[in-house]
Amino acid sequence: MSAASLPQADARVSPEDFKQRSHESLHDAHLRQSFRGAMDFLVERRALQFPDLQAFNTLRKLGENVRQHALAQLPDLLERLEARLTELGVAVHWAETPADANRIFLDIARRHAATLMVKGKSMVSEEIGLNHEMAAHGVECIETDMGEYILQLDGDRPSHIIMPAIHKTKEDVAAIFHEHIDGAPLSDDVNELIAIGRRALREKFASAKIGVSGVNFMVAETGTLALVENEGNGRLCTSVPDVHVAITGLEKVVDRLEHVLPLYALLPKSATGQAVTTYLNLITGPRRAGEKDGPREMHLILLDNGRTQAYREARFRATLQCIRCGACMNHCPVYTRVGGLSYGTTYPGPIGAIISPHLMGLQSTRDLPTASSLCGACGDVCPVGIPIPDMLMKLREAGRHSVAESITPPAQALVGQGSVRRAGEVLAWRAWRVLYSHAALYRLFAWLAPRLRWLTPAWQGGWTASRAALKPAPRSLREQLARRRAGRTVPGR
Amino acid sequence: MSGAAAEPRARAAIFARLRAAPDVEPVAVPDVAGYYRNRAAPSGESRRERFVRNARSWRAEVIETTAGDWPAALDAVLDARNVRRLLAGRGTTIADTLAARLPAGRLRWYDAPLASFKPELFGAIDAGITTTLGAVAETGSLLLWPDAAEPRTLSLVQPLHIAVLHESGLHETLFDAMVGQGWAARMPSNALLVTGPSKTADIQRMLVYGAHGPRELVILLLRDGDAA
Repeated sequence: MSAASLPQADARVSPEDFKQRSHESLHDAHLRQSFRGAMDFLVERRALQFPDLQAFNTLRKLGENVRQHALAQLPDLLERLEARLTELGVAVHWAETPADANRIFLDIARRHAATLMVKGKSMVSEEIGLNHEMAAHGVECIETDMGEYILQLDGDRPSHIIMPAIHKTKEDVAAIFHEHIDGAPLSDDVNELIAIGRRALREKFASAKIGVSGVNFMVAETGTLALVENEGNGRLCTSVPDVHVAITGLEKVVDRLEHVLPLYALLPKSATGQAVTTYLNLITGPRRAGEKDGPREMHLILLDNGRTQAYREARFRATLQCIRCGACMNHCPVYTRVGGLSYGTTYPGPIGAIISPHLMGLQSTRDLPTASSLCGACGDVCPVGIPIPDMLMKLREAGRHSVAESITPPAQALVGQGSVRRAGEVLAWRAWRVLYSHAALYRLFAWLAPRLRWLTPAWQGGWTASRAALKPAPRSLREQLARRRAGRTVPGR
Repeated sequence: MSGAAAEPRARAAIFARLRAAPDVEPVAVPDVAGYYRNRAAPSGESRRERFVRNARSWRAEVIETTAGDWPAALDAVLDARNVRRLLAGRGTTIADTLAARLPAGRLRWYDAPLASFKPELFGAIDAGITTTLGAVAETGSLLLWPDAAEPRTLSLVQPLHIAVLHESGLHETLFDAMVGQGWAARMPSNALLVTGPSKTADIQRMLVYGAHGPRELVILLLRDGDAA
């Protein structure tokens, strides 16, 4: 399947079909080549930024410390942030679900009679399906990040959180622009393509009443929202329209302004192998008296959507340390081969596999924690020290076992806890336990198994998909040893 | 508003879940100052040289000049790019020099609020010139605090951004600037770290300058000592 024939963005794909889509992606030579090339490029660029492992570890320890320090006092920091922002004149909104967040957006749009929003790159806005929801209510929400804009025109979805249109060639982009932008010539010159995108979006920036952005870091001490970007579209979205609405996950807060610095030192290096981005945009409240631009009205929407579930259990809390750099996916041998679209989630790759079960429940995401060889690369490169492989194992356990059956039972079940649990499998392990804890029963079983080996089924689920069926040996080890002791050294018939 | 009634409920529910979470072991306060103190000091070149090298590596054009010579350097930049309309803020440290030097037709003051100025800003101006709060040598980045005189869009909308920087404003790191200038107690509505011109690599990883912001960034670096 080529990337261009993937489902439209608004036909919400589901992680339920991960295996099927991965299978298809693996047979798409073009897709595999573009991902391999892009991931090798990003891995190499990151390595150049961290030539000294010890220096990296020192900085990473500090980044981890900043995030853990913030999470340890998360409710207090959120209260301080809210108070500070309120003083500055920013309206703070709380959303438990994507539907809550979309309703807040729609209320703001209606109050300003807005029919057009310009949006800077925001994964949380993808998480709530903002564009689609606004379109359903007559509000056009335009992506302004070049990669996201290309995808939106084509009805496609991002395949990487940092380089969203990585699966598109310049010829694809030329065709998309030519088809959807009035007067766009068919050109596959990349400079010209970007110039076409720039011109088309300029009109939108100048006419939109509302600018939407994500947030990379929020500072409780000052009420500052930090945005990291290269293109300048984030600055335009937060400077030109009369209203700025920022949306982000409630975990993105840090305590003090200077705590942003180690995270900013880690983020672009880990993401794209750049020491810094073109812009670090620190926004502290709306336009002040006498200022000539900047939004007159500012909102911040803080989304939960399952994050409090990850927060509740100490074993999953580190998931929330994430700064969304994408290094784990760039280094993942599974992601590199199946591509970002196979996952069917907003956040693909290793980080997606550990965060999506909290956002969407383990039922639909149960295959994602198994999409890993546990090679450990994701954990090694994570700039804030999230033990991703450990978490994958814990989620596998939570999928397979109910709370009562867990080795270290959690305080509360996860949404979708035990959804991979199968009665047959549970029964088989119970039988195994009984056999192995009763000597007489075990001896009977060991005597019977070789004699009943002809009953072994030829089809044994996943095992026989690519391997020969398992059969008990004609003689058990115990019997073979007994025969040898009796002087008959040649085993078998 | 349908959202207004639901929001206090959502807030209460979210805080209830966060507060119900078991306490974790206390986490030490991050020692950011200690991290920057313990890093190996750069050597082998002056801070100015380091700034210039790094800024150029991000495709900024750095012109080293003096307090006396920069207006001539600016003329050369404007002439080379055939800039007919240059936008600037009134009442800044460079405003009088600009007014004296440039013909009235070439200089446009950013006087009106954005709402009434938008068509001209987006259509009829070739370049914007700003002062800077300083710069960071480690990364070759400019520090900008847009304000009433020099709005945010002055350094953003035009294809060319010219920035006037005094050598005395160079800091080694962003941490030095932030803490040395006491930012946390007096954050402006917008503070920026700007490194090179706007860029994107969203199409096949090919780097293109001038994505949405300036295609070119020219820094007039006014050296110390030569001024007197």
